[in-house]
Amino acid sequence: MNLAGVRPKSPTERLLAANAWVVYAFFYAPILVLIVFSFNANNNVGIWTEPSLRWYRDVLSNDAVLSAIKVSLIVAFVSTVVSTILGTMTALSLERFRYRGQRAFDGLVYLPIIIPDVTMAVMLLLFFAQGFQWLDAAIGWRPSFGIGTISLSHIAFNISFVAVVVRARLGQMDPGLEEAAADLYATRWQTFRRVTLPLIAPGVAGGALLALTLSLDDVVITSFVAGPGATTLPVYVFGLVRRGVTPLINAVSTLMLVASMLLVAISLGFQRSSRSRVTALGDDRE
Amino acid sequence: MGSGGDHRRGDLTATPVVEAARPELEKAARKAESRRGVLIALPAWAYLVVFFAMPLGIVFVYSFATRSSTGRTRLADWNLDAYRRLFDPLVFEIFRRSLLLALATTVICLLVSYPFAYYIATRGPRLRNVLLVMVMLPFWSNFLVRTYAWKVLLGSEGPISQLSQALGGEPIRLLFTNTAVLIGLVYGFLPFMVLPLYAALERMDWSLVEAARDLYATGWTAFRKVTWPLSRPGVIAGSILVFIPALGAYVTPAILGGARTTLMGDYIVSQFLAARNQPFGSALSFGIMVVMLAGTIVYFRTGARNV
Repeated sequence: MNLAGVRPKSPTERLLAANAWVVYAFFYAPILVLIVFSFNANNNVGIWTEPSLRWYRDVLSNDAVLSAIKVSLIVAFVSTVVSTILGTMTALSLERFRYRGQRAFDGLVYLPIIIPDVTMAVMLLLFFAQGFQWLDAAIGWRPSFGIGTISLSHIAFNISFVAVVVRARLGQMDPGLEEAAADLYATRWQTFRRVTLPLIAPGVAGGALLALTLSLDDVVITSFVAGPGATTLPVYVFGLVRRGVTPLINAVSTLMLVASMLLVAISLGFQRSSRSRVTALGDDRE
Repeated sequence: MGSGGDHRRGDLTATPVVEAARPELEKAARKAESRRGVLIALPAWAYLVVFFAMPLGIVFVYSFATRSSTGRTRLADWNLDAYRRLFDPLVFEIFRRSLLLALATTVICLLVSYPFAYYIATRGPRLRNVLLVMVMLPFWSNFLVRTYAWKVLLGSEGPISQLSQALGGEPIRLLFTNTAVLIGLVYGFLPFMVLPLYAALERMDWSLVEAARDLYATGWTAFRKVTWPLSRPGVIAGSILVFIPALGAYVTPAILGGARTTLMGDYIVSQFLAARNQPFGSALSFGIMVVMLAGTIVYFRTGARNV
């Protein structure tokens, strides 16, 4: 596997290493610059004067930012829970069963992943606008754009991503284990609850994390289906960013970076603990 | 079935009645099983039909509708005007620009990522994992924030320009140009290329490269004849994962691009917000989707044949 250990360092090897370091610098330099300048006291982003937490105080006393954070968290929570349940069911149905119309369903599940964000955004905008108009005409009730429409849209694209991740996990699983449970007179539900679910749990967690990230990340679709009253944090920040570069945005951005790094750290920790649990189980048997 | 039952005649369970009922039972069991599969799929299916298939249908219907003089869409007088406008020189120019930019992004990502993924894949297992997490970390952070970071860097008062002036050079003004958009796209989508390439290189059988070297192939020949063909699936997957979002990109050009660098995504959005021409916007989004799906299928087909 490891060719580097076998031969002495060739020029090619050195070039590869150099390229790798340049790429890592490319990855991290912009983020580091952003973080450093968020602690800059100066109004002007490009000129460093002295370190200060001024912009962070501004962010935390900014009502628009705080309400956008609240909307983001509600939408992320709702869409992650619903899409994780629906996506896991989809994965089970596609991977473990055979029925007519399955291929069509398979295609329907993959389409939201392939379709461009902009198209999806346009689709959902027209759908809600037209649907609400029809609802108004039919029963005299006209819902408004806001947290509801944002959540419904996020679920619509998240189901597919969860389904793909869980399905990959199901595909690696030994179906013999489920058959063994069935042979031991476990009911369908017991088999799922005691055998399948624990085994695919890392996949479900991974899918949920992906759904959460995508929901917290989305700008394009959300900006189309958000109402005048409710926007998410990325959409609010996007509005500010289009107008220019300010230290306040640097501070919000740094907070968003820290939040997503925390998410990754938690998920890595979670994966490690689930892996160590499995190895601990193996040790018990020995 | 009949001949199969003969030698089991002494078996207590294989009475003729059971034997005759078995195909029926199996059929019923299979039916119940597939019904269960449908039942489990039903909630997600219903959701995707309502909140995905129907919206897609509405866009399709709208693309044949007419726009009234006030900018409202009238669902009457169905026509092909919106599709005819797709062949307008202006639209063609915007599409060409988007296509070139997406292709350039894909090629640059590939050129940078291949040696990068190769380097990671040839490290020891421990280092490999650390290096991979270091790729994932910025990838998991917010796309908008990562793009915004480049706006800070590239601005006329940003660090790069300041550095150039401090060294006695001209102020560098890259922001609001195609170059800035290209940098932003490469930065945003690079991990999409690195990860599939890494996956393909990592599970490759390296003893084949050793074998080629043993047969006096030069390093370059061994790469061209062995490593490259074996990593083709990763190249294809990575290219698609970069090309598709790059072609429909909206956030990156909106932040880093200028007024004269309108791209497809921007143009579609403007049809719904500023220009208020929903039928034309619908036709555009439907058109770009078809181009993407067709491109993906063709790419997969030709790629699969050559591998």
